[in-house]
Formats: sequence, structure tokens, C-alpha cells
Amino acid sequence: MTAATPVVFPATESQVRGESLWGKARRRFFRHKLAMAGLWILGTMVLLAIFAPMIERYPPNEINLEAMSQPPSLEHWLGTDTTGRDYWSRLVHGARVSLSVGLVAVSISTVIGVVLGSLAGYGGGKIDMVIMRFTDMVMTFPSLVIIIAVVAVLGPSIYNTMLVIGLLSWPTIARLVRGQFLSLREQQFVVAARSIGVAPVEIIFRHLFPNVLSAVIVAATFGVAVAILQEASLSFLGLGVQAPTPSWGNMLRDVQTLSILEGMPWLWIAPGIMIALAVLSINFIGDGLRDAFDPRSTL
Amino acid sequence: MLSYLLRRLAISLPILLGITVIIFYIASQMPGDAVMAMISQETPMAEDLMKLRRGQLGLDQPLPVQYLRWLGQLAQGNLGFSFQTGEPVGAILAARIFATLQLMFTALLVAIVLGVVLGVISALKQYSALDYSLTFLGFTGISIPDFFFGMSLVYVFAIRLNLFPTSGIKTAGEPYTLADNLYHLVLPATALALARTATFMRYTRASVLEVMNNDHVRTARAKGLSEWRVTARHILRNALIPVVTVIGFSLPVLFAGSVIIETIFQWPGVGLMFVNAVTSRDSPVIMGYVLFSAIVVQISNLLTDVAYGWVDPRIRYD
Repeated sequence: MTAATPVVFPATESQVRGESLWGKARRRFFRHKLAMAGLWILGTMVLLAIFAPMIERYPPNEINLEAMSQPPSLEHWLGTDTTGRDYWSRLVHGARVSLSVGLVAVSISTVIGVVLGSLAGYGGGKIDMVIMRFTDMVMTFPSLVIIIAVVAVLGPSIYNTMLVIGLLSWPTIARLVRGQFLSLREQQFVVAARSIGVAPVEIIFRHLFPNVLSAVIVAATFGVAVAILQEASLSFLGLGVQAPTPSWGNMLRDVQTLSILEGMPWLWIAPGIMIALAVLSINFIGDGLRDAFDPRSTL
Repeated sequence: MLSYLLRRLAISLPILLGITVIIFYIASQMPGDAVMAMISQETPMAEDLMKLRRGQLGLDQPLPVQYLRWLGQLAQGNLGFSFQTGEPVGAILAARIFATLQLMFTALLVAIVLGVVLGVISALKQYSALDYSLTFLGFTGISIPDFFFGMSLVYVFAIRLNLFPTSGIKTAGEPYTLADNLYHLVLPATALALARTATFMRYTRASVLEVMNNDHVRTARAKGLSEWRVTARHILRNALIPVVTVIGFSLPVLFAGSVIIETIFQWPGVGLMFVNAVTSRDSPVIMGYVLFSAIVVQISNLLTDVAYGWVDPRIRYD
């Protein structure tokens, strides 16, 4: 899809060598050291998540009253929690939950953001006004606050967590797409397309969208990091993924007593580090993508 | 300026009105209502009593009618009454808001000072080992969940080193003193400040780097100004303008972040109240808090615009 459409970039470098912009971006991305480190770490986590049922050492929800609160050992790599469940197994199953919540939530918000942003930016006028006022309203709530309030209505569950985070995180992408469309739609290649009678849907998807694709990819990548943190916060407050299903956030919820904090640090350090590592590597990848697509940007 | 402010307020009003619709709709979908909180299920003829009471309170009316009545009460400053305690929501918010503001603004102050200073240093020493370490730390700062960072602080500084209390706003059972209050504030404020510090640092660095390569900086050097004067007068004064916007937009994030931090440290602010209200499905309190948070966002956006015009005389509002 990208090969056929010319991608016009503000930061276009010379194209003399006949290398496509996507090829160039790919080369720059693979040279970005932090992004590569992030890709390796995240890749490992994704593999852990996919093959969780094979690398688990015990069923993640199996209570073993003879092995409660054990420190890490050869038997239990990360020890066991207060009901004797193997923490390594819970951690890799938690990876499934946390990563998929991030991915699904961002897929939802990206689709909504792109559709609303395109409509507002291409439609202009009244459509634009209505959509942007609505966007303003959604943006007026601190996101975590409104997410918690909506979860209070729907009831906490893994699906509602994905849905609510996705349904409330689209404004960033919508504004981004709209802003780009507003300036692009007056450019000659769009005017030309319109003048020969290309349908609006085709103009949007064939001529305008490829130009914002790179920016949307970058925003969506950072969005995954935010969504993982939001899921962790929600589950930590007891409003997200519910026990006994493990997620990194609710694993930290169960250990908030001082005695566990002090006496069994492995129970809260392991999931905390997993969240931080996952978010950090996604942020590195996002940073690498941004540098690759637009080398001029400094942040 | 005044006319600009009035115009901004005029734009805010329909948005706030729209927000009340959203909040009212969310609350109306919540399970449980005021009558269920008032009348115990065990009361004889509970069903009939509840029906009667709902009629008296107008809860059997269609939603739009209920909304207008609620809005009328809201305009008179009545946010409703807590299902749990029966106290007016406005009074609960007022009693707890100071603790939240104290936590928020301490964290903000720490984040601004640390973030801006480190960001400037990082930019002035671009590509040095220090710059790379700070950039890496900045990434780490925005990636660590604040509750995990808060728990780590408690583990290290409260449990292992025994330097600070683990939770609360003052020592229980003792009269309030400012010193005791500030002593309890250290850990939660640090936990809340981390992510903002990292954000401010990254924006400051980017902004300073951009200004550093401008022509007017070269001119300043060329006319023989000392490096200190060039940095302070010509680079920083320009570079810090966009940072003001970032600081302004971080207020809502701090407000939301205080929900988590207050839960960990049992800090008796509005965030902790909100989490408790959500757990016990106390919808008037939830509505009051969400509405309040929306107003906080509107006010901080307005303040940001005003501050931006104040630090940058090139911006005119007309």
C-alpha cells in the first residue's frame, strides 16, 4: 500500500540514491541503539507472553498451602505468594494480560482517532466544529479520573479495562490527524485529485492518510506505553483486571501491606520491574521511530 | 487581556455544560441510588417504601427532567449528599482539598526546579556522558509506574532506613504541626514529582537546544558577551517560554496522579476519597469529584494561556 503512494515529508532528504523514504526510515531505525535495545527486551517479553503456558512451572492460579510465601529458589524461580502460587508462572501469564490490554486498547483508540480526525480535518466547517468540541470535552477530564469513573459504572473486568482505556484515549491521535489533514487538503495533489472527481473516501485513504501514517504510528507506539501504565494503575486500585487472573498491576495490589513490603520484597519488585521495563522499551522504540521518520525533531 | 479572558470563559461554559451532561449520564448508569442507600433491604415492605421515596425525590422522572433538576441544584452550589455518610459532597471536597493541593504543588515545585535545572545542564553539555545519563534517567522516570516508585521509596526510606513515616499526613494522635506535616510530605511528594521532573527535563533540554542554535545567540557571542550572560539572558529567557506551557498542562496529570499516590500513602486528600467512593459506589461523591477535576483542568488551561502571554510579550490576545 505504501509503495504505490508518494509519501511527502516536510523533512525530505535527497532521494537521489533511489531509496524509498520507508527504506531510509527503516535504516535509521535499526541504527538507533536504544530503540534496538527496546525491541530486544519487548520481543523477549512478547515471546514469554505467547509461550506462557509452555514455560510456566506450575499452573499460575494453583494454590499450594505447603509452599506459602517462599523466597526465590530453584524450585520457585521468583518465590511464591502468600497462598503458595508460583510467582514466575504468574508473572509470565501477567505479561499476556498486560501486553494484550495495551495492544487492544491502543488499536481501539487509534481507529477512533483516525476516523474522527480524518472526518474533522477533511470535512472542515460544521463537522470539524462538532467533532473538535466533543474532543475538547473528552480531553477536559484527567484521563485516569474519567477512566476510573466509567469503570465504576461498567464494573471491573479485563475486557472493560481494554474498552474503557481505548474509548477514552483517542483525542491525541484525532487532533494529530485533523491538524495534518487541514494543511494537506489545500495542497495541489489533493485539489488535483478532487478536480478529476476522486471520491472523498478515496482521497482520504489514498492521498491524505499515507502522509500522516508515520505520525500515527509514532503516537500509537507511545500510546501502548501509556495504556500499559493505565491498566497497571487501574488493576493496582482493584478496578482493572480481577483476581485470580494475574496482571502486573494487580500483582502489586495484593502486596500493599507493610509486612509483605518489608519481608517479601520479591513479591512487589518483580512485577514492578516488568511494568517499568515494558514501558521503557516501548518508549525507546517510539523514540527510535520518531527519529527515523523525522530526523529533525529533537524531542 | 480582560476581553480575552471573558471570551475564553465564554468558550469554557458550553464545554463545562457538556461535561455535566456526560457526568450525569455516567452517574445515572451506576448501580444503586440514593434511596437504596437510605432504606435497608430488611425494612418491612422495603419495595413499597423505596417506590414511595423515589417518587418524593423525583427519581422516577425521565432522565432529562432529573438532569435539569440536578443542574439547578448544581447552580446553587449543591453537589448532593454522600450515600455513605449523608454529608454534603461540597463540604467533603472542601475539607480534603487542602491536603491534595499541598501534595500537588509541592510535587510541582520539586519537578519544576529539578526538571528545568537538569534539562538546562543536559542541553548545555550536549552529547556528554552526563547528557546521556540524564536522558536515560529521563526515559526511566516516565516509564516507572508512580505506585511502584512510591512503594520503593517506602521500602528504602521508611522501612529500611527508617528516615520517614510510611503513610499519613501527620503523626496520629498528636496535634498538627507544620514540621510534622512537611516531614510526612517528603515521600509522597517525591513519588508524585518523579514523572513530571522527567517530562520537564526532556522539554527543557529540547527547547534550550533549539534556541542555542539561533542567530541571536551567535550575535550575542560575537559582540563579546560573557558565556554566562549569553546563557542566562539570551538562551534561557527564550528557551523557558515553551516550558511554561508544559508545566501548565501537567496540572491535570498531577491531579490524576495524586489519586494513586494518596492511595499508597493514605494521604487524606480528594484522590483517596474518590477511590473509596468508587469502591463503595457512592455516586454523588464520584460525580462531585469528576466535575471538580474537569474544573481544575479548565482553570489550569486558562492559567497556562495567561502565564504564556505574561512571559512572552510577543503574544497578544486580541
